[in-house]
Amino acid sequence: MAEHIIELQDVTKYYDDNLVIDHVSFYVKKGEFITFLGPSGCGKTTTLRMIAGFDLPTSGKILLNGKDISLLPPNKRPVNTVFQRYALFPHYNVFENIAFGLRNKRVRNTYRNERGEEYTKTERLSKAEIRRKVEKALALVDLEGFEKRSIATLSGGQQQRVAIARAIVNEPEILLLDEPLGALDLKMRKEMQIELKEMHRRLGITFIYVTHDQEEALTMSDTIVVMADGVVQQIGTPTDIYNEPANTFVADFIGESNIFNGVVVGERKVRFCGKTFPCVDDFEKNEQVDVVVRPEDVKMCAPAEGTLSGKVISVVFKGIHYEITVQVGKFEVVVQSTESRAVGETIGLSVDPEGIHLMKRKYTSNVFSGVITKRNTVEFADGEFECDVTQLYPGSHLDEEEYLITAAGEKIDLTGTEVNVEIGIDDVSISDDPDEGGTTGNIISIIYKGDHYRLIVRTDGEEEEDFVLGTDDLWNENDRVSVIVPKDKIRLTLKNTEGKRK
Amino acid sequence: MTRLRFTRKSLGIPYAVFLLFFVILPMLVIVFYAFTDKQMHVSFGNFIQFFSDPTKLSTIVYSLVIALITTAVCLLIAYPVAYILARSKMKRKFVILLLFVTPMWINFVLRVNAIRELLNWMGLLGEANYFNTIFGMVYDFLPFMILPLYTTLLKIDESLFEASADLGAGGFTTFTRITLPLSMPGVASGITMVFLPSMTNYVVSDMLGNSKVTIIGKFIYEYFGTNWHMGSMVALILLVVVFLSTWLTGGFREDETVRGANL
Repeated sequence: MAEHIIELQDVTKYYDDNLVIDHVSFYVKKGEFITFLGPSGCGKTTTLRMIAGFDLPTSGKILLNGKDISLLPPNKRPVNTVFQRYALFPHYNVFENIAFGLRNKRVRNTYRNERGEEYTKTERLSKAEIRRKVEKALALVDLEGFEKRSIATLSGGQQQRVAIARAIVNEPEILLLDEPLGALDLKMRKEMQIELKEMHRRLGITFIYVTHDQEEALTMSDTIVVMADGVVQQIGTPTDIYNEPANTFVADFIGESNIFNGVVVGERKVRFCGKTFPCVDDFEKNEQVDVVVRPEDVKMCAPAEGTLSGKVISVVFKGIHYEITVQVGKFEVVVQSTESRAVGETIGLSVDPEGIHLMKRKYTSNVFSGVITKRNTVEFADGEFECDVTQLYPGSHLDEEEYLITAAGEKIDLTGTEVNVEIGIDDVSISDDPDEGGTTGNIISIIYKGDHYRLIVRTDGEEEEDFVLGTDDLWNENDRVSVIVPKDKIRLTLKNTEGKRK
Repeated sequence: MTRLRFTRKSLGIPYAVFLLFFVILPMLVIVFYAFTDKQMHVSFGNFIQFFSDPTKLSTIVYSLVIALITTAVCLLIAYPVAYILARSKMKRKFVILLLFVTPMWINFVLRVNAIRELLNWMGLLGEANYFNTIFGMVYDFLPFMILPLYTTLLKIDESLFEASADLGAGGFTTFTRITLPLSMPGVASGITMVFLPSMTNYVVSDMLGNSKVTIIGKFIYEYFGTNWHMGSMVALILLVVVFLSTWLTGGFREDETVRGANL
């Protein structure tokens, strides 16, 4: 078994009242290049900062070589960080920046006195030693002769290299890199990616890398930890993550994907886009699934030979391949191919079973807890919606004053009753008129599902509930919308049966 | 025929006129008076007289010492305050900063009078003249030291402290090797803002020093009642002292954006 140099055990982190890391557990193997990948705000940087010691976990443990370091200050940890904007000391030159960590170092040296007895002394590194190490570090980042230069005269790429040299000169057990290439232009970034990878190979230490760039993560890492909303979505090798994404978030975030709603119709058979396909994933019959098909796994053929057929609606040249969008019935399928097709041409499409990835559907309906407010409204998800309360008591009806009369003829005041609210994802719609719906929120996620978009709207009140819904319209992330649910689509059930009044 | 056109340059004319009449000309007048005698003949008499008169020389030395002590005490009090306010994550630190700064907005004469009454009540008035003067000056000029320090410390990128800790530096090393050097512009600016007024503000020394403490500002004031030529010479000497001290604290460097208080 490989040694676990870092292990996070059930780590949770709150900033004030905001949950940023939600019960995260994973380990890092000694010597590997591991990348935390995710969109901004997913908690990847916070995780790195907790390993560095700049932030302390609210609960949970961080182990280094099996020892708990959760509360150890950063200067006592054998890790060094390359900061996002380098954080070089502006008042020191290149040499002094790199020597900074070495000057703080104390080493135990063993000496022998005249009588031949051994004794040890805790000492600073000698000047010559520091100079030698700084020069070696500068050579490693190809900046020989830059010792005397002031930080302000360096280009972004050179500052980047100094920042790396300043960290590795201390020979840390782990090197932490917080989006270190974010400020560089594309060409520089590609070069540095290769150099960092090479450096990792030569130094043999553990690299923990944070990025939001999926391509960077795929190129450089041994292991990728995909994060979103403070939760680990998937951990695996780049190949695993790319070929077998654990859920639609990962599929959508890593590379291009066609994502469809599908239903399992038989053993290793799934139906989507109106056709049945053989597949390799085994799910229960009739299970609702998300189907992910990578554009490069879609094969083009003659119209009669394909499982699907459709009309080419756009062709974009992407350098090494063409990205061809095909309208199949009401679905759009994106294909990547080295061959081009003419716009308007009708073509056939097929997908091998290995190219079809099924994932258990994360959302099939929205569930909230709510409270009946007035006679015919229910309050949930920071809003108030009209509903039909008679569904709570079979056979009941409302009288002229809108009091509920049960089947037995009893009159009930439901105000304050706690209920479960369930709404199908197809029964929710949104509008940009804030007064039209029962509650308002912001669109926090959009995933294209071939023929429609699936959105998540997070309400902007205190409860911050998420509505999942499907729509044909194109919205933008962070759009402010109001959420509309028709009265008859709100399914209510009583929360606890004991509360039922006689 | 040329048409009168407004360019951006012409917007500068009023300022140029102002500078000419209220800065450059008065300076020339002072230089003129300093190097002439009562008959308006060019003379170095005032200069020689000033440096050969022990009372005058001792006044300038006393002034310097008072100003230096005031500045040092202000710095010692202000630095920790500014540091704590700038670096802590307190929610209401603005209020605390405001409390330190508000006395600045109260009438100066009123403040000095209040201190005078306080010292009188404590029985110190007329007893410890130099202490009283310095006490009053520190009280009056402290905000001018806190503000530039606070703004400089606030501007230091948080990640530099993190980088320092990451590279193995403890709190003390981080302070001496990162915080202190990077806050030097604020220190320099605070020093200039306290040192100069404490050389010249004779209202404080008069009222709290029981008129027993004479600083250079008082000197200039008195000479301008009787001898403009000597007064101008003393003013000129003060100008040179100020110029030198500003130069020594690096106040003429152009890259400093933090000089002065910005609240």
